[in-house]
Amino acid sequence: MRRLKEFLIEKLILLSGITVIVFVVLIFVFLLKEGVAFFKEVPLSDFLGGKYWYPISEPPRFGILPLILGSLLVTLGATVFAVITSICAAFYIAEVAPPRVRDVLKTGIEILASIPSVVLGFVGMVTLVPWVKSAFHVPTGLTALSGAIMLGFMAMPTIISISEDALAAVPRHFKEGSIALGATRWQTMYRVTIHAAKPGIFAASMLGIGRVIGETMAVMMITGNAAVIPRTFLMPVRTLTATIAAEMGEVVHGSTHYQSLFAIGIILFLMTFVVNVTADYFLHRARD
Amino acid sequence: MKRIMTVCLFFLGLAGAVAAQGELSGTIQIKGSDTMVNLGQAWAEAYSKAHPGVSVAVTGGGSGTGFSALIGGTCDIAETSRTIKEKEVALAQQKGFTPVEFKVAMDGLAVVVHPDNPVDGLTIDQLADIFTGRITNWREVGGKDLPIVLLSREINSGTHIYFKEHVLRKGRSDIFDEFSPMALLMPSSQAIAEETAQNENAIGYYGMGYVSPAQKALAVAKDAESDYVPPDVADVVSGRYPISRPLLMYTPGEPAGAVKAFLDFVLSPEGQRIVEKVDFVPIRPAAE
Repeated sequence: MRRLKEFLIEKLILLSGITVIVFVVLIFVFLLKEGVAFFKEVPLSDFLGGKYWYPISEPPRFGILPLILGSLLVTLGATVFAVITSICAAFYIAEVAPPRVRDVLKTGIEILASIPSVVLGFVGMVTLVPWVKSAFHVPTGLTALSGAIMLGFMAMPTIISISEDALAAVPRHFKEGSIALGATRWQTMYRVTIHAAKPGIFAASMLGIGRVIGETMAVMMITGNAAVIPRTFLMPVRTLTATIAAEMGEVVHGSTHYQSLFAIGIILFLMTFVVNVTADYFLHRARD
Repeated sequence: MKRIMTVCLFFLGLAGAVAAQGELSGTIQIKGSDTMVNLGQAWAEAYSKAHPGVSVAVTGGGSGTGFSALIGGTCDIAETSRTIKEKEVALAQQKGFTPVEFKVAMDGLAVVVHPDNPVDGLTIDQLADIFTGRITNWREVGGKDLPIVLLSREINSGTHIYFKEHVLRKGRSDIFDEFSPMALLMPSSQAIAEETAQNENAIGYYGMGYVSPAQKALAVAKDAESDYVPPDVADVVSGRYPISRPLLMYTPGEPAGAVKAFLDFVLSPEGQRIVEKVDFVPIRPAAE
């Protein structure tokens, strides 16, 4: 009887695991089914290389180059901002902070992770956007930079907690050995600990980036959504995600515009897929 | 068994009582234009007071969203600020019904700038040049030496399409001008109002119901020889204000029951007084 029970529970867990994978595959198949029809009408090179996005004009133009560059620019900015801040924060929490401060900080970071992105977007719209406008003397504060800073905040909790785990997992004798050889605490940190934890920190950053690329609501509210090819961080951009979210409500089902949004979905899926696989690779290296 | 009988009898009795009183019951789902959400809600509230048995739910999303919902069968009334496209009629007919149109109010589209902007009025030609990106500095239309920041609604908005067809293309079918790619596409009228209130470079447009003292509504002239007319109720009714449009409701087929009663209420003198209260323009002069 007990054997049967164990058998059942084991299979049930297996089933849950498989279900997740099945869902991912199904989502991808669905995206492909709707998106592939699009490429019969618009060649891939026009889609990826086109500079103009006027999907409902006659004739429509489906160039997503400005959207890809917009997404990449915001992601790049958010990554630089979030990774630097997060690694410093992780070091402080793992190595320097006294236990009480550590507990408070960890709770604070968890709270940051739980703020809905639409709320962050709204706060950014009324505080960050006017600040960017007056600080950089640009015509409008709805820029890639505003989006990058706000998304940086969103990526930080992920990067900090995973980096902190990686730092905490560095064997004690590495640090003790370094200090025994006469290195200071700071030298130990940036010459020994960070190298030992590097794969974990890298994986943390990649997971953070994955979150940033896919984020929608906040960028839609504060990046301006103008589909131009951005030349600086102080220009408005339109991201892939914001385009899907803003236009999905309008499209006539089955139209080329509808299919084009799924095609954007495929591109987005591929981008996050590559980022996540890279993160996974480094996480495994960190464990071995 | 006995209990089931009792329940059945109870409902039969209830149905009988309802039929006897001629009281309406059920729910009405209204979906569509963001411009009309406030108006729809004001009607819904007043209507629910008269018919407590009927619950009315009003949501926005854009005119296109309203039409998709109407065709998809997920709403009873679509509120829209543009007329239905032939493509959409064809889709509805595939589903077995022909949408019926009701003109329920009028709306003037206000062109708004920051209150400190010295420009008080523009012609349609100037507006077209500004929003297509041919004019990029306020100096060219008599303002300060500042860059112009264009604010537009997203393409799922009836307001966006109306402005493109009647201002950018001046209502002509031989002009194919588009919004400048530099135009910021904002997710809501509220977002445009907020950015206009804090940015001296900005120019935007939305239904005149949204204008507040934080923005300045420009007077608009049909051409250089005509008078500059501010967007107010009297000038929209008389047709002197050049950018005004009808606000519409669509039902799937001829309305009946609670939906018909709702439309009757909307078009009644009481319903039209509510139109005035939320700063739109009634289609027929309110009864004294």
